[in-house]
Amino acid sequence: MIEVQGLTKHYGAFTAIRDVTFDVAPGQIVGFLGPNGAGKSTTMRILSCFMPASGGTARVAGYDVFSQSMEVRRRIGYLPESVPLYTDMRVAPYLDFVAEVKGVPRATRKRRVAEVMDKCLISDVQYRLISGLSKGYRQRVGLAQAIVNDPHVLILDEPTIGLDPRQITEIRALIKSLAGEHTVILSTHILPEVSMVCSGVIIINKGSVVAQGPIDSLVEAFFPLSRVQVELAAPPDSAREALRGIPGVRDVRDVLTGDGTAAFAVEAARDRDVRGEIFQLAIDQRWRLLELRREGMTLEEVFMKIVAGEEAGEPEPRVPAEPVPAHETTS
Amino acid sequence: MKIWPIMKKELRLYFTTPVAYGVMFFFLLVMGYFFFSIFSFYTMASMQSAMNPQMARDLNPTDSVMRPLFSNMSVILLLLMPLVTMRLFAEERKNGTIELLLTYPVRDGAVLLGKFFAALVLYVVMLVLTLLYPGIVMYFTRLEWGPILTGYVGLLLMGATFIAVGVCISSFFENQIMAGTATFVVLLMFWVIGWSGDAAGGIWKTVLSELSIIEHFDTFAKGIFDTKDIVYYVNFTLLALFIGLKSLETRRWKG
Repeated sequence: MIEVQGLTKHYGAFTAIRDVTFDVAPGQIVGFLGPNGAGKSTTMRILSCFMPASGGTARVAGYDVFSQSMEVRRRIGYLPESVPLYTDMRVAPYLDFVAEVKGVPRATRKRRVAEVMDKCLISDVQYRLISGLSKGYRQRVGLAQAIVNDPHVLILDEPTIGLDPRQITEIRALIKSLAGEHTVILSTHILPEVSMVCSGVIIINKGSVVAQGPIDSLVEAFFPLSRVQVELAAPPDSAREALRGIPGVRDVRDVLTGDGTAAFAVEAARDRDVRGEIFQLAIDQRWRLLELRREGMTLEEVFMKIVAGEEAGEPEPRVPAEPVPAHETTS
Repeated sequence: MKIWPIMKKELRLYFTTPVAYGVMFFFLLVMGYFFFSIFSFYTMASMQSAMNPQMARDLNPTDSVMRPLFSNMSVILLLLMPLVTMRLFAEERKNGTIELLLTYPVRDGAVLLGKFFAALVLYVVMLVLTLLYPGIVMYFTRLEWGPILTGYVGLLLMGATFIAVGVCISSFFENQIMAGTATFVVLLMFWVIGWSGDAAGGIWKTVLSELSIIEHFDTFAKGIFDTKDIVYYVNFTLLALFIGLKSLETRRWKG
């Protein structure tokens, strides 16, 4: 649905993005991750036909964003980061205007606008001036204008920024409900959001794509280890030695060692579960087991590892640049 | 071409905010003052001419009231219209709404024309309100409707040019005050450029005085339809809109 090939954008001497390449299959929600200034917004502005790339090509919904911009624009919904709205307008007339410009037929326009307002939970403010709305409501009005024409592709630049926790949950649920019929690419720097909402992720840093793929396989590629948190009422030194002695354990790191208790992070091969052996060890040694918990490696850690690794100049772990898998491959 | 939705939106923004009413109020206020002083001068002159029939020969309300009123109006509009048009693109650029507008499936030309026609509609409403003044004159005396008609056609053409220049210049700026000031200065320069014609002499005298944006209006105020003047305003309007369109399109150039 979105095919980006070698996209490059210069602002004068500054290169915002360099040779960005990725694919998004139809019906997917893909998170576009990166630290501030990594080039997320630039990429999204190019995809939404707001500005042209300096080099490379991008196709959205099968059309080239530069040469067939009108066709692309008919099929997308875009929400820029700053959520620019006509603040002197009221919500319903504003959405009616957007629907008209986006070519929603006159006969169904009123119904469509009402539907979208229901979906985005803004029906109760439909006669209010946009300038009087809170940030959360504005964000939802922005989302409503993006989906009012039922677009094939949604491009959302930080859709949950500045919302309160309840609103964030609502917006995420809304975005999630759009998957399947819509293809969504959303940028964010809130990592848990990606794990919750997205099926795939594209990580960009300093203008280049550094990793992409389904979240699980990314985590696996970057962390071939599984991790268990253990807390024992035991002398730290002997406990550490004993844990190291368990077959398959690669590393034991101190988390917190105190008076008679010790907490460790035990890392083992990914397919190996060492919890049973730790439990047995505690029984054998007559140590009281205070905590035993298997910990999933999170996207945060992947992200930190990639971005920090880049900054330290380490060679990045190579991830096969596999495209995000499709639920269906019709398009 | 989706000109209509854009135009409707701009009109909504003009007429649901105090902008349109403020502009109309102050326009009518100053026009009312001019009308009052011109008309009361005319009444005084006609009273004197009752005693001096020689003077009455050249005195008629069309020429002595409406023509000065029209030329005053053209200058006031030159000052006022930049304030009406300055927000059209500058505001959208400042608020970032242009980013959304230009990613909607609507051509740059339609956006430009929608904004142009919206300002033109507001302008026509302002002109219609000034029909009050010939109405008042007609209540007291006979008025030829021909020169009034040509006067209003001239005002419409001239106003369209002012608006086109304003829309065009607004598309270059992010700051409304900058856009308004630049429009005002450009229009002012095209007004006074004729004055330097006298000093230049020869062919330049003709060229410079023909360029003047207000000189061309005077024939309309006299009740003359001259193709030369119509062509001047229409071409000026089209040129300004064309430059505005190109300025919008530069954003789409590969850089």
